[in-house]
Amino acid sequence: MASTATVHQTKWWSGGKSPFNLEYGKLMMWYFLMSDAFTFGAFLISYGTVRFSQNFWPDPNVVFNAFPGAGHANLPLAFVSVMTFILIISSVTMVLAVHAGHNNDKKGVVKWLFWTIIGGLAFLSCQAWEWTHLLTGEHAALVNGHIELLPQTTSINPWGPLVDHSVAIDALKNSTPQVIARLVHEHDASHSLPHLLSLPKEELLGMVNTAELHVRQTGPVAFGGYFFGITGFHGFHVFSGVIINIIMLIMTQKDVFARRGHYLMIEKAGLYWHFVDLVWVFVFLCFYLI
Amino acid sequence: MSNEANLHGHTEVVTTHPVHHDEHHVHHHKETFVTKYIFSQDHKMIARQFLITGIIWAIIGGLFSVLFRLQLGYPEQSFPILETFFGRWAAGGKIVPEFYYALVTMHGTILVFFVLTAGLSGTFANLLIPFQIGARDMASPFLNMLSYWFFFLASIVMMSSLFIETGPAAGGWTMYPPLSAVRQASLGSKLGSDLWLVSMALFIVSSLLGGLNYISTILNMRTKGMSMTRMPLTMWAIFFTAVLGVLSFPVLLSGAILLLFDRNLGTSFYLSDIVVNGEILSNEGGSAILYQHLFWFLGHPEVYIILLPAMGMVSEILSVNSRKPIFGYMAMVGSLFAICILAFLVWAHHMFVTGLNPFLGAFFVLLTLLIAVPSAIKVFNWLTTLWRGNIRFTPATLFAIGFVSLFISGGLTGIFLGNSTIDIHLHDTMFVVAHFHIVMGVASFFGMFAGVYHWFPKMFARYLNNTLGYIHFWVTIIGSYLIFWPMHYQGLAGIPRRYLDKRAWASFNQFADLDKMITVVSIIVFAVQLMFVFNFFYSIFKGRKVRTQNPWKANTLEWTTPIVAGHGNWEGEIPEVHRWAYDYGKDGRDFIPQTEPIGENESKDH
Repeated sequence: MASTATVHQTKWWSGGKSPFNLEYGKLMMWYFLMSDAFTFGAFLISYGTVRFSQNFWPDPNVVFNAFPGAGHANLPLAFVSVMTFILIISSVTMVLAVHAGHNNDKKGVVKWLFWTIIGGLAFLSCQAWEWTHLLTGEHAALVNGHIELLPQTTSINPWGPLVDHSVAIDALKNSTPQVIARLVHEHDASHSLPHLLSLPKEELLGMVNTAELHVRQTGPVAFGGYFFGITGFHGFHVFSGVIINIIMLIMTQKDVFARRGHYLMIEKAGLYWHFVDLVWVFVFLCFYLI
Repeated sequence: MSNEANLHGHTEVVTTHPVHHDEHHVHHHKETFVTKYIFSQDHKMIARQFLITGIIWAIIGGLFSVLFRLQLGYPEQSFPILETFFGRWAAGGKIVPEFYYALVTMHGTILVFFVLTAGLSGTFANLLIPFQIGARDMASPFLNMLSYWFFFLASIVMMSSLFIETGPAAGGWTMYPPLSAVRQASLGSKLGSDLWLVSMALFIVSSLLGGLNYISTILNMRTKGMSMTRMPLTMWAIFFTAVLGVLSFPVLLSGAILLLFDRNLGTSFYLSDIVVNGEILSNEGGSAILYQHLFWFLGHPEVYIILLPAMGMVSEILSVNSRKPIFGYMAMVGSLFAICILAFLVWAHHMFVTGLNPFLGAFFVLLTLLIAVPSAIKVFNWLTTLWRGNIRFTPATLFAIGFVSLFISGGLTGIFLGNSTIDIHLHDTMFVVAHFHIVMGVASFFGMFAGVYHWFPKMFARYLNNTLGYIHFWVTIIGSYLIFWPMHYQGLAGIPRRYLDKRAWASFNQFADLDKMITVVSIIVFAVQLMFVFNFFYSIFKGRKVRTQNPWKANTLEWTTPIVAGHGNWEGEIPEVHRWAYDYGKDGRDFIPQTEPIGENESKDH
């Protein structure tokens, strides 16, 4: 081991060695992450610009209040908290995988990489559920004086300001029997939808629980574009990360790194994974909390 | 130890990382035709691939400009040759107005991205980095190969857009929405624009892979003794170019992705309150100006991505051929750095007339005009390098001097445009066309030509024909000024750019003859470029052979490699470097290569 004095004399930048004492791959990964940060930065700044140019922006507590299997229970941000927790835990398992790599502990690497992959897949599944829920949702929105049941898509947003109760009641009367039947069915599943549809409109109107009728104006369409665009781009990164981790797992299993004598590749995959997690923190902040 | 421990915190990788993958170069593994010429991982071959692909693109992009210049110079006339090339887009020998937009769009896209970014950086970064810093190859030869093939894919997609029924993108090389975002807006906004965006996405991947490689190679793989401040200025220039690319292209990627979504997924990132053919589109809430911000955050650094490599090569070539040290080496590095920083802070000067807050505009004016400082430093240093030099007027030197001339001329008009008040008058006129063609287009081409003439012996072990080179230079420099100088007057008189036929405006008729002259000169200049291409390919096979290792008597490391360097560049050890790259005319000696140790009685100053 070199004494401190000689280390101080090492001329890191004089050529013949890496000035950061890093092999090129890790350096490249850092520069790549910097570049990628600019991509996400551009997305989030665009989002901010457009969002603050609007008169109204949907309340995330209203938009993201569903939980798988919880029906219509109002659980604001509960599900996304679970997602975030999963992703952060997967970062912890990644740290453990890298740490095991430092100790040349193949079994440890395999174990923790496996859990990281599971965490990534779990996150992606949650995102798939959340997207499906938004895209197939039916939310009462006021359109041209009547009520329509709208999903949250890239071009439709049903989360505008709440409509006055009297306006909502008027709009209800102008709505089609199909919409009214669905509104009834939503709060009282005791009648089947085909049965409700066979009833006359007057009778259906009487069955609507008007006290529970929350009708909103349509909201800014930019919401959906940015939400799906940015969480999708992030999800694509998570997906790539899972693929990378799977490749790392296979390579570890095949003793590629054991033969090399080091697990630097795991470290690089780890850098990427942590970056993707870090980006999620910003996405989470911008879409769910603010 | 403490130092190393801090870097890693663990023990097994504490060993200093040597300049890596030395091991697999000592023995030559068998190379097939495919691994040597097609999927090559050798930086020299990849450089040649970039250069030749760039040349093909340059011919196409240049031809487009000559063909639409025909129509601009002679708006009343019809040219059967136009129909030969463009078919129904020029039925009866007259260019259809929609197709004129497609042509200028493609001309810009091809020249800016495919020729002067990939063709220029791709060629010389790949060729020179390992050679001049003393490395066997790039940090990752594999990613380097991928970088070329992503560029190739981008080329295929862009090329195919030229042949589709609705024609290529026609929204200008900047692809501003809503024109580029709304399919009904024009023919070029249909499939052509999707292909443009996909092609650019592939191009950005290529540029990213290349840039990461250039940065890590320059930082990590310099040979022993090659400290950063001993590197030739070409290396500094390419390094900053790569940094610009790695940080600005991703923002264009974001912008392109959002535009692709607006076109295909019904989003409204850039669209709001739009009526096309009486139909009200449902898009609302987006901002078309947002795209311009995202675009120009890349777009402005992009002009320096194009220019900096040319600056670096010009510095090197001028010093070598004036047999004098480069004047103000550290000032040159510093001004490159300053340009690199300022490049990120001036993008809104492209947007003065978008309704940008004039107060904010004032800051962008200030920052823009600040670029004059490093630019002037560079110009004066080039001139003082030439001053009282023992100049060898090779074609490369002439092109380098031509670069300086064009950079001054084009730079001065930049001062006009950088002022927001004057820009209101000049915006989107021919003045802008004249400005950026001279300062960025032609100037960078001159840097590129200088590089090709200078390093051709290293690339192909033969010389380019000198006589053809001199003809190439003189016709191109005189022609370029004749083409672009008059455009300033047109612009000052208010002629807008991107207009196919100006005859409807009586006041513009005074320029009719000038337009004819510009067209005739551009045909001549294009013909001379074809002559250069002939010279290039002829000389690859039949040119005068290089017989000495160091034909230009230069100091840099590439001339210490064998005339035909194998994969791995040096046969024995990589040489060690003992001095900077510019010891010319020192202590009575013509030149002292970087590999020569400092002599005992050598004078101190460099």
